[in-house]
Amino acid sequence: MTSQLAARSSRLVSRVGAVARSAKAAGSKVLLVLASLALVAGCRQDMHDQPRYKALRPSTFFADGSSARPLVEGTIARGTLQGDEPFFTGKDGKDDVTELPFAVDETVLDRGQERYNIYCSPCHDRTGSGNGMVVQRGYRQPPSFHIDRLRTAAAGHFFDVITNGFGAMPDYKAQIAPRDRWAIVAYVRALQLAQHAAASDVPGGDPTKLAKPAAEGSEKKH
Amino acid sequence: MSQIFHRHANIYARLSMIAVAVVAVSIGGAVALLNVSGYNTKQDEFVEQPIQFSHLHHVGGMGIDCRYCHTSVEESAFANIPPTKTCMNCHSQIWNTAPILEPVRASLRDDTPLHWTRVHDLPDFVYFNHSIHVKKGMGCATCHGPVDKMPLMYQHATLQMSWCLDCHRNPARYIRPREQVFNMSWRPPSDDPDMGARLVKQYKIASVEQLTSCSTCHR
Repeated sequence: MTSQLAARSSRLVSRVGAVARSAKAAGSKVLLVLASLALVAGCRQDMHDQPRYKALRPSTFFADGSSARPLVEGTIARGTLQGDEPFFTGKDGKDDVTELPFAVDETVLDRGQERYNIYCSPCHDRTGSGNGMVVQRGYRQPPSFHIDRLRTAAAGHFFDVITNGFGAMPDYKAQIAPRDRWAIVAYVRALQLAQHAAASDVPGGDPTKLAKPAAEGSEKKH
Repeated sequence: MSQIFHRHANIYARLSMIAVAVVAVSIGGAVALLNVSGYNTKQDEFVEQPIQFSHLHHVGGMGIDCRYCHTSVEESAFANIPPTKTCMNCHSQIWNTAPILEPVRASLRDDTPLHWTRVHDLPDFVYFNHSIHVKKGMGCATCHGPVDKMPLMYQHATLQMSWCLDCHRNPARYIRPREQVFNMSWRPPSDDPDMGARLVKQYKIASVEQLTSCSTCHR
């Protein structure tokens, strides 16, 4: 009887022990999972933020804290030599060039319209009369493109003003590429024509019979 | 001899087995939820900036095009954060004594750039390129949300891979006409359900196999 009891109790003890051991094992498994989660979290950031420079990322190496370095003066990147003076300055010697340096087609005008609406219309407004939103908020009003002085001004003059600024107007050479500046000049010419066109300028001579202008689609843009 | 465990112990044992399963599933669920939550993704969180620049005012109120400041978005992987000069194009004359803009003036004066805090920060193992998305008819607002209504900039999307794949698996659902890419208020036309599929074809969007290939985004 006593031996039976002893055997039973020892079996029980060993079973309890097994349960406890498996609980311990489960506990250590949870710990392992938690630890590996922590590890995964650690790795994650390393791969997220690699020790390399992306655009405008700060640097602790350079004194000014910027990873983007200014070019050494006089550096010309391959393919960016601005040798074609009329194209890049709007001037031929001292005089403004009178014509655009490349042929103007519909693509150029569309591009000009798009770029004009982005960069110029905040002040000059979409018709070129100089009542843009920024002017309405207090910026000095630019002259209308439709005054005689600007209607007779050479194409190169507009290019030069976009490139270097004029009066209160800042320069836009960093924001608008040279070819786009010319496209804008072409579009300014189109705006000027639009305000001073005669009925005889319209094909067929009757402006009421014009098809809906293609520009209407892009007007809806904003 | 008497029983060591009460007969109720059976039901406790069964219940505890269920409880373990429930706890395990809830922990898994909680981790999964935490993973997609704003706590992890930084979604919908306003970010402290050196200046409280408001897209609501500049885009929504003044109607300035995205590209006036983010000049390289059509040509480059990076959309560009404008230099101080761009701010001063207008603020040399407007609000030019406002205390809120003093950091901008100081930046110009001292020739030190403003230190903006990045809002949309993709992991470095993702090679995202703005220009291709813009050229293929992905609107700014599709990823960046209603920027014209944001007084302070925040991250609109989760920016998680599953979110990228949503579109890479079905671009037709998100594509828009190229000329509407920068339009903040564009909505898909309700009378033209085939527009997406048509534009995907017209703009020669790569196949779903290509768009979801690992090396399209990871190199």
